[in-house]
Amino acid sequence: MKREFSTIPFNDVLVAHPYAKDFFLSMGMHNFDTSRTLQQFVDSLQDDQLEDLGLDRLQLLEQFEHFIGKMRELSIAPSKQVDSITIIGGHNKTGEKEQVRFTLKPGEVICVVGPTGAGKSRLLEDIECLAQRDTPTGRQIFVNNRIPDEDQRFSAEHKLVAQLSQNMNFVIDLTVGEFIAAHADSRMLPEPEEIANRVAKCANELAGEQFTMDTPVTQLSGGQSRALMIADTALLSPLPIVLIDEIENAGVDRKKALDLLVKEEKIVLMSTHDPLLALMGDKRVVIRNGGIADILMTSTAERANLKELEWIDSKMTELKNLIRAGGAIEFDMRSHFQFDSV
Amino acid sequence: MIRLVTVSGPPSSGKTSVILKTIDCLKAKGFSAGVVKFDCMSSHDERLYEKAGIPAKTGLSGNLCPDHFYISNVDECLTWGVSSGLDFLIIESAGLCNRCSPHIKDILSVCVIDSLSGVNTPQKIGPMLKLADIVVITKGDIISQAEREIFIFRVKQANPKAMIVRLNGITGQGSHELTIMFETATKQSALTGKRLRFSMPAALCSYCLGEMKIGESYQRGNVKKMSWGK
Ligand SMILES: Nc1nc2c(ncn2[C@@H]2O[C@H](COP(=O)(O)OP(=O)(O)OP(=O)(O)O)[C@@H](O)[C@H]2O)c(=O)[nH]1
Ligand SMILES: Nc1ncnc2c1ncn2[C@@H]1O[C@H](COP(=O)(O)OP(=O)(O)OP(=O)(O)O)[C@@H](O)[C@H]1O
Ligand SMILES: [Mg+2]
Ligand SMILES: [Mg+2]
Ligand SMILES: [Zn+2]
Ligand SMILES: [Zn+2]
Repeated sequence: MKREFSTIPFNDVLVAHPYAKDFFLSMGMHNFDTSRTLQQFVDSLQDDQLEDLGLDRLQLLEQFEHFIGKMRELSIAPSKQVDSITIIGGHNKTGEKEQVRFTLKPGEVICVVGPTGAGKSRLLEDIECLAQRDTPTGRQIFVNNRIPDEDQRFSAEHKLVAQLSQNMNFVIDLTVGEFIAAHADSRMLPEPEEIANRVAKCANELAGEQFTMDTPVTQLSGGQSRALMIADTALLSPLPIVLIDEIENAGVDRKKALDLLVKEEKIVLMSTHDPLLALMGDKRVVIRNGGIADILMTSTAERANLKELEWIDSKMTELKNLIRAGGAIEFDMRSHFQFDSV
Repeated sequence: MIRLVTVSGPPSSGKTSVILKTIDCLKAKGFSAGVVKFDCMSSHDERLYEKAGIPAKTGLSGNLCPDHFYISNVDECLTWGVSSGLDFLIIESAGLCNRCSPHIKDILSVCVIDSLSGVNTPQKIGPMLKLADIVVITKGDIISQAEREIFIFRVKQANPKAMIVRLNGITGQGSHELTIMFETATKQSALTGKRLRFSMPAALCSYCLGEMKIGESYQRGNVKKMSWGK
């Protein structure tokens, strides 16, 4: 491999490639004299220092060249590369052909519905792994009307799908502010603090109860965690497709959450049976016996019903809040759910 | 001739789960596969493999570093695989020693790490991670999307050359992708003459050899002292 960067003084490398400084941090090395070249530095290392680094001299130099290459690739990666995802039908569990071909576009919300075991998760997985007739369903997925590159399919760094699900937790030992900044850093974005403020503000608008930038992420409540995950995925994740596995009852404003993902031009796929969420979507994909049995467009009549459903939902929320506050529900439910008062 | 893949990674990172799911996929494609597990004191893995109908052997290193033990026995492992008529031989090694790495030049090398282990872990694992061809990240199902992205980035920093794959050891999601990479492993008939990717540090201090008393005069062999400044 060509030694482009190891033979010029490190300070000069830094001018064109500021991320090069992280190489030493990522190797656990400190106190590096940046006026020297990496070659000089490597030559000066003792054998036991190399042993600690876990690389020999040649490997260390190679690693550096690869590091610069990879980080450069990341720093210039375009943020939005997906204009459409097309699902080409395979077959259902009994081998009958799936007669569908449909396309999803940025800003669309698609709900996946069907009985337990029908194959909803399988469809989401087919999209996640960009199936090429090589999964149990025989489906094929096109990206921008083409078969995706091998690299896009296999390597974690080139995947297209972000996932949000009920059983996810934060495990990282950082405060909200540090955490979002670390995520922004990993995308090599400038001004991570400013981004952190924006994401946290947005998350607070989705969450029932407010949190601050100094709260450790592991101490957030379920609803706050979910809100932060959604805001962060919408604003900071580069991945164009978002799969949601049930966000009901999560203590977040579901409508605002969906609106945010739509505004950020995500393709949203959601496995849900919540009528409110289902009607908020543009389409419903109906799964039966492992196959796509139908695709329903949310109709005008359904959209009109959405208003009533939202009202009922807000009435239920009032009751939930009452229970949460230690109250009793002894008043008349018929009048509580009185539609005339809308 | 047999395709050999070495799979290493910290304890409980999900190596066995990853191997089981991947062998499922290999079998579905008509391949046969066997596993040799290297560990220190004991291992349940052989039973897990046999329960899944996979021929398996265990090598216990006792007082030795399991990686040193493994490399002294790897050729015989291959012979066992070939004589059993397997298409794939997979070697699982426990990676208890962060300084050693079982990776061999020209042999497909996989390192399994678990995303629950913390975002600084990729920086702490030595040649086992830094010199692997494929890094498999497990347990991504229980952490947030952002943490997954940060973790992948840190792995990429520690090993910019590797292919990084996410795999769920419970559902097997991602094993399909890994299987296709396993199929690129080269066929081998013997390992004699092949080289390790990184020399294994001598781990022999007097305590490795059973010394129990504390104090300078009991310390022989490879002794390293902390630096305390002035
Ligand atoms: N949630 C979750 N759990 C996982 C995943 N992968 C593995 N596990 C669990 O992690 C535990 C350890 O997995 P193993 O496959 O035995 O790990 P190992 O690396 O082979 O362990 P040793 O051989 O003992 O070092 C098991 O309980 C697995 O079920 C995953 O992707 N997600
Ligand atoms: N077309 C198909 N051909 C063969 N197997 C299929 C097909 N579709 C789904 N399956 C298999 O059926 C099983 C159940 O599917 P899946 O887990 O996707 O159901 P689900 O709708 O998500 O259920 P739940 O509501 O319980 O989450 C899985 O093992 C899946 O791989
Ligand atoms: Mg499901
Ligand atoms: Mg194991
Ligand atoms: Zn060792
Ligand atoms: Zn020792």
